[in-house]
Amino acid sequence: MTSTHGTTASYEGYRHRHLLGIEGLTASEILFLLDLSDGYVALNRGADKKKDLLTGRTVINLFFENSTRTRTSFELAAKRLSADVINMSVAWSSIKKGETLIDTAMTLNAMHPDVLVVRHPDSGAVQLLAEKMNCAVINGGDGSHEHPTQALLDALTIRRRLGGIEGLQVAICGDIAHSRVARSNIHLLTTLGARVRLIAPPTLMPGQIDRMGVETFSDMRKGLKDCDIVMMLRLQTERMQGSYVPSTREYFHFFGLDQEKLQAAKPDALIMHPGPMNRGVEIDSELADDIHRSVIREQVEMGVAVRMACLETLNHNLHAARSRQEQAAQ
Amino acid sequence: MTVLPPKHRTAYVNARLLDPASGLDAPGGLLAEDGKITDLGPGLFKDGLPEGAQRVDCGGACLAPGLVDMRVQIREPGEEHKETMVTAGRAAAAGGVTSMVGLPNTEPVIDDVAGVEFIARRAREAKGVKVYTYAAVTRKLEGKELTEMGLLAENGAVAFTDGLKPVENAQVMRRALAYAKTFGLLIVQHPEEPSLAGGAMNGGELATRLGLPGIPKLAEVMMIERDLRLVEMTGGRYHVAHVSTAESVEAIRRAKDRGLDVTCDTAPHYFALNELAVGEYRTFAKVSPPLRSEDDRIAILEGIADGTIDAIASDHSPHDQESKRLPFGLAEPGIVGLETLLPLSLQLYHWEKCGLLDLLAHLTVKPAGILGLDAGRLAKGAPADLLIFKPDLSWKIQPDSFESKSKNSPFEGLPVQGRVVRTVVDGRALFEAA
Repeated sequence: MTSTHGTTASYEGYRHRHLLGIEGLTASEILFLLDLSDGYVALNRGADKKKDLLTGRTVINLFFENSTRTRTSFELAAKRLSADVINMSVAWSSIKKGETLIDTAMTLNAMHPDVLVVRHPDSGAVQLLAEKMNCAVINGGDGSHEHPTQALLDALTIRRRLGGIEGLQVAICGDIAHSRVARSNIHLLTTLGARVRLIAPPTLMPGQIDRMGVETFSDMRKGLKDCDIVMMLRLQTERMQGSYVPSTREYFHFFGLDQEKLQAAKPDALIMHPGPMNRGVEIDSELADDIHRSVIREQVEMGVAVRMACLETLNHNLHAARSRQEQAAQ
Repeated sequence: MTVLPPKHRTAYVNARLLDPASGLDAPGGLLAEDGKITDLGPGLFKDGLPEGAQRVDCGGACLAPGLVDMRVQIREPGEEHKETMVTAGRAAAAGGVTSMVGLPNTEPVIDDVAGVEFIARRAREAKGVKVYTYAAVTRKLEGKELTEMGLLAENGAVAFTDGLKPVENAQVMRRALAYAKTFGLLIVQHPEEPSLAGGAMNGGELATRLGLPGIPKLAEVMMIERDLRLVEMTGGRYHVAHVSTAESVEAIRRAKDRGLDVTCDTAPHYFALNELAVGEYRTFAKVSPPLRSEDDRIAILEGIADGTIDAIASDHSPHDQESKRLPFGLAEPGIVGLETLLPLSLQLYHWEKCGLLDLLAHLTVKPAGILGLDAGRLAKGAPADLLIFKPDLSWKIQPDSFESKSKNSPFEGLPVQGRVVRTVVDGRALFEAA
């Protein structure tokens, strides 16, 4: 599909009501969303960035975890489509009682939102919410489970740089165990025909992950050998006390990306990072800022476009389903 | 001349008598008088019923000892919104259970004589099935100071366990085993090395996919192996609750071969389900220890069949919706089990893993023997605690119709075979199928 953002788009390519994860999506569904996103990249680079596709619609950003970047990206995406947006931040520590999650869903439901974007520290929480909501739900990251729009924006970044995903060798490095970004990327990249390697110390590599069709390494140089893409993950330094790794210094020495380790990858390998970065912990500052190899800022740009595509598609599907129901009722 | 009051007599006729203790499996009848079994056997009543006896025609159904469920959370005192003595008793009767043993993890914890007496009093008032209780191994289940085991046992505690928590400290466990041995008492352990068991489900591929922290199988066998060393050292009596892994079964098998005084049980979900039941964050399938792999499930089946696993207990863990309708990691573990214990266990018979008598032994005489209860057998002089059931009758499990106050069962809609027709405690019918 070409850039058809606008009134003539066909949404047959993605017919789900929600976007809860990449697992289970087909290659053509993923490509549909990426194609739609391409159009928004062009729009966002122009002077007039606004579309009226979501006029009159309400998008709620419900964040149980702090994330200025992702929330802002969703907010901007919704506003550029002319939706009314509200942001709700809920400090998870203050509502340990989970009944509140269902209560929250019921309360929000009563406000008739069209799209709900949810980030939550517990795996599966977004799915639980989605079951109680009448609107479309986008998973903005749940626990260590999935972060589908991050994987889509990563794929869009790669595709625009390298022309495609199929056949690429991608290394995902760092705290795999706690990373929803890693899981969504594994599903997406393998579905589109890339080969994925995971590189992490054994303490941060979850059990039997090789069953997801990836190769695992605990040596950066071996893992990075001949890779097209080096995707670094944020080391959750708050977990350092859990004795997963002895220190940030030791971690950087063996698993941080620097010029020397990067030599193992292809000479023009792209460096990616979902942000925010711990400079000098998982990535050397010099590499993070290398305008030729690092696409980290481009990832942020693609994020807005991808989220616009997702909002547009889910909003359309929701209202198409509603009008079908109304017709059937008549 | 004193006139004795007339005896309360019930004659059960036309039954298939099943007594796992004696190996009896024959058509016949049974006579209960004033709450005791006074006669049974093939050909009984061939000369007619005794005078004044009430006649119960079993219609060819099985007549067995009532089930002895050695692991139940009654939730009273403290969490009566989930279950009470009365509702648990009704659920037990509906499930064919005539004796149940409650865990001490109530609020307050059953760790003193008053607590044991409270349970006994509430059970009398509830007038349901027979209720026994464990007492805690350590005060407040804190794993530090031993409870007054001797006094607690004198006042009715049948054995000692810290319930859902393992006795973590090896020195405390050593002393508990050694001290309990003085009185011939049993220590029941929840087998999980806590520092390895901080997760939400079985460690493995599915946990990785779902992004849930996994509990390695090793956490279970490691605690069992440690305890077995302490049993060897102290000569204590030790029982492992709800084993769930192949390695655990093997460790216990070896310990029994070495002559240690060790027994264990499992719960139906560990042989009826594997970790895939967690599927899409299904909190009804969250249990502790977690559901394991298919290999483990098969090992549990085999452990029951060869007798390594002595007993099957329901591990009845009632939870209200508020405790289960949560993100998986936050939900409480547990399944209500009293009303599904018999049909789920009968799967082993229908799958031809066990003979009917052998299976019933795991549900009656064996748990009764482990805990020293006068229950679980059809014999002259024994209490008339009886279960009449049809092993082949098929039905679908419907938690909405459970007597239990809580409905947290992952078996909703499962077709099963085997249904309770009547449950009798001390000669009194507490449940009759409609």
